[in-house]
Amino acid sequence: MMDQFKLGRRAFVSALALGTAMALSGAALAQDVIKVAAVWTVPVEQQWASRLHNALVAAQERGEIEYVYSENTTATDYERVMREYAEQGVALMIGEAFAVEAPARAVAADYPEISFLMGSSLPPVEPNFATFDNFIQEPSYLTGMIAGAKTESNVIGMVGGFAIPEVNRLMNAFIAGALSVNPEAKFSISFINSWYDPPKAKEAAFAMVDAGADILYAERFGVSDAAKERGILAIGNVIDTSADYPGTILASALWDGTPMIDKAIADVKGGSFTASDYGIYAFMEYGGSSAVYDEALAGADAVAAAKAKEAEILDGSFKVEINDAEPSSTL
Amino acid sequence: MDVLLDIFGSANFWAAAIRIATPLIFGVLGALICERAGVLNLGIEGIFVAGAMAGWLAVYLGAGLWGGVLVALATGATFGLLHAVLAVILGLSQHVSGIGITLLATSLSYFTYRTALPTVTSPPRIVPFQPVSIPGLSDLPFFGPALFQQTPLTFLALAFVALVAFVLYRTPLGLAIRAVGDNPASVEAQGLSVRGLRIGAVVAGSALMALGGAFLTMSAFDAFFFGMVNGRGWICIALVVFASWQPGKALLGALLFGAFDAFQIRLQAEIGQVVPGQVFLMLPYLLSIVALVLVARRADYPRALLQPWFKGQRH
Repeated sequence: MMDQFKLGRRAFVSALALGTAMALSGAALAQDVIKVAAVWTVPVEQQWASRLHNALVAAQERGEIEYVYSENTTATDYERVMREYAEQGVALMIGEAFAVEAPARAVAADYPEISFLMGSSLPPVEPNFATFDNFIQEPSYLTGMIAGAKTESNVIGMVGGFAIPEVNRLMNAFIAGALSVNPEAKFSISFINSWYDPPKAKEAAFAMVDAGADILYAERFGVSDAAKERGILAIGNVIDTSADYPGTILASALWDGTPMIDKAIADVKGGSFTASDYGIYAFMEYGGSSAVYDEALAGADAVAAAKAKEAEILDGSFKVEINDAEPSSTL
Repeated sequence: MDVLLDIFGSANFWAAAIRIATPLIFGVLGALICERAGVLNLGIEGIFVAGAMAGWLAVYLGAGLWGGVLVALATGATFGLLHAVLAVILGLSQHVSGIGITLLATSLSYFTYRTALPTVTSPPRIVPFQPVSIPGLSDLPFFGPALFQQTPLTFLALAFVALVAFVLYRTPLGLAIRAVGDNPASVEAQGLSVRGLRIGAVVAGSALMALGGAFLTMSAFDAFFFGMVNGRGWICIALVVFASWQPGKALLGALLFGAFDAFQIRLQAEIGQVVPGQVFLMLPYLLSIVALVLVARRADYPRALLQPWFKGQRH
């Protein structure tokens, strides 16, 4: 009887211990897979958003996060969607605050337990609103060097979406890179005031070819199409489209959202997420951006020069200036 | 001044103006047919999106380019039929119904796109219409490259201008359509169906609008992007007023807008360092407003525009 009781009590205690341990490890497991929500204003195929979306999907496939997202969210709907995810209880929210800077910050202030990492032109806000952007001015500078060396007409056409800092700084870095190897280079620049109007971007690019441009800087979809149709060359931006336009893309400045996304996820899990500028993780030293070259098109000398400059950027001896001012034509 | 001469003297400029005008020609003709029958169709922007998506998706799924054109036409006609049911048969507010069609068609297009292509990483591409040469004409100096090296859809748009003008002014059907937009009572007195004519006009006009969208994804570009219609449908609504509801002037208005747009693109690249780029972007719209103000004073509205008609109505 006694033995039986003892056994029973022992069993009870061990069961309790086991149960506690399981509950604890369960909690730890839940802590391990955090819920991440993203609110995109564009379809996830869009170049910019796709860099982050793909990184988040990869993190989900590795079992690190549970990823939920809304795409094509209009600016007027943006705050509501953010609040819905916030009420669902996510640990990290990612998105684009460019058109909703103030409302996005208001949501963050209402949910201090959630970490916000938003694309933004303005500074971060303590304690939980961190910002980022695609700071890929370094590879943009390098692709500028390639274009500057390659151009024969010394006219380079550049078509941009909107003249906002994140576009301007890439264009300015590209121009600086081209001028560093070819002071004679001139730039024809226009903006189409749309992120997503390839026919219009194409028309703007055609106009530049008519004006003598022999290389086009393809900030938007549609520009490389114009280059291919007219048999001239183009410089890619953010994503690698060289396979879609064989024989057209000289070089591309690529953005990879993975280092930033992985850092943010690790920070949230480790409790070290701060309202800082995560934009630095797009810099080449963190692997967030890179330049790729078509050596057959660009020429070995130009590629070698760009690679030498890349080494200087990586070892810190050369810094690409960040210039957010609106560039204008120098024809 | 030299800059202006350089721009206007270039055949490529005029070719660009016609390219930019093509979707507007389809759209403004479609809107014109609807309004001539007395029905405002503000579904145009959404019908553009639906035509752009449906035509392109059909080609992507293997229907062939002309198959895609037919699918776009059918898509536009379907949304037109819906608008006709609401605005003609039920006699509801044409403004509200039209805006509703635009919202529905836009959202449904994206829903269909995402359902058909759930996991694409970049928008898939098709092989679009290529520019064709017309023997003899395309080789003319200046006029050849400016006018006669366009894609088939541009020539189709120009053919539709002639066809619509012919039908409206030279056929009994055209007379009936014009009458139904001016004085539906007289049409009913003739024993014709006011509603039948209006429904037919809205369906046909909406089908043409969808071709405007299809031009964007099947000729001007080779992929569908959400938001790529970018207000082109609304421009057509303004152009109809500019055109005083006449097909010939509609063509002129669309070409004028295309020329303004091609002009601002070139000017922006040429003298962008002197004037901020936004001024140029504003230019086509600003000039459209000026043209509209000048023309609209004499605007000859279809008298029965926006007025629903119920059978047996006394006036």
